[in-house]
Amino acid sequence: MQLDYFQLIDRIVELNLDDKTIIVEAQVPQAHTIFEGHFPGFPIMPGVLLTEAMAQSSGWLLLGVTKFERMPFLAMVKEAKMRGFVSPGQLLTIEAKIEHEGSGFAVTSAKARVGKELKCSATLTFRQIPFPDPSLRVHMDAKANEIGFPLQAMTP
Amino acid sequence: MMSSTFDQIATIIAETCDIPRDTITPESHAIDDLGIDSLDFLDIAFAIDKAFGIKMPLEKWTQEVNDGKATTEQYFVLKNLAARIDELVAAKSAGA
Repeated sequence: MQLDYFQLIDRIVELNLDDKTIIVEAQVPQAHTIFEGHFPGFPIMPGVLLTEAMAQSSGWLLLGVTKFERMPFLAMVKEAKMRGFVSPGQLLTIEAKIEHEGSGFAVTSAKARVGKELKCSATLTFRQIPFPDPSLRVHMDAKANEIGFPLQAMTP
Repeated sequence: MMSSTFDQIATIIAETCDIPRDTITPESHAIDDLGIDSLDFLDIAFAIDKAFGIKMPLEKWTQEVNDGKATTEQYFVLKNLAARIDELVAAKSAGA
């Protein structure tokens, strides 16, 4: 995780475009200024960042399904449940699944676990629009490469 | 068929947007009369897609309106929306 850059996903473990599912890993840093305030003496990952991590996992899945033709933007968060505390240094395993592909939007469900323990879940809606700027597409390609996005999964 | 489709979408709109069901009529314009914004309409589209087993071509409709080839009334007055949904359901059945 590079919290300062809002990059929450470290590695794509599995991308299945037939089942429209993804599994990713996200390593919560051992130390970060966020934990100094949230909370003193009891550092935990903020729920909004866990929600963002689930959104980014879903986003990579949607990028795969659209073959990087559309950029997903988070539009709606439903049923976000923070089920347990996530502490510095813990490894999150996040699963996301596409529940519906609409016209210009998609709905996913996502779950994050530490080990076998379910920590949070949500249903997320994204608007999918053509990349608004070429530099964003270049950036996403570079990030895809960094986190091990399996580009071969997108070729038939 | 038409009235039942309207009833279903009126119920979906009432539940999704917290609009009193009895204020929603076949003549209601989803945007101009009911004040539904694009984000709420995504939610409605999701519910309609699921309920009818279709994919409403929202992007195509929006493009047609933006290009001046259609009016918002054709798609967003609820009796017309119901008719479009019936067409999509019929087209899906014919293709199945």
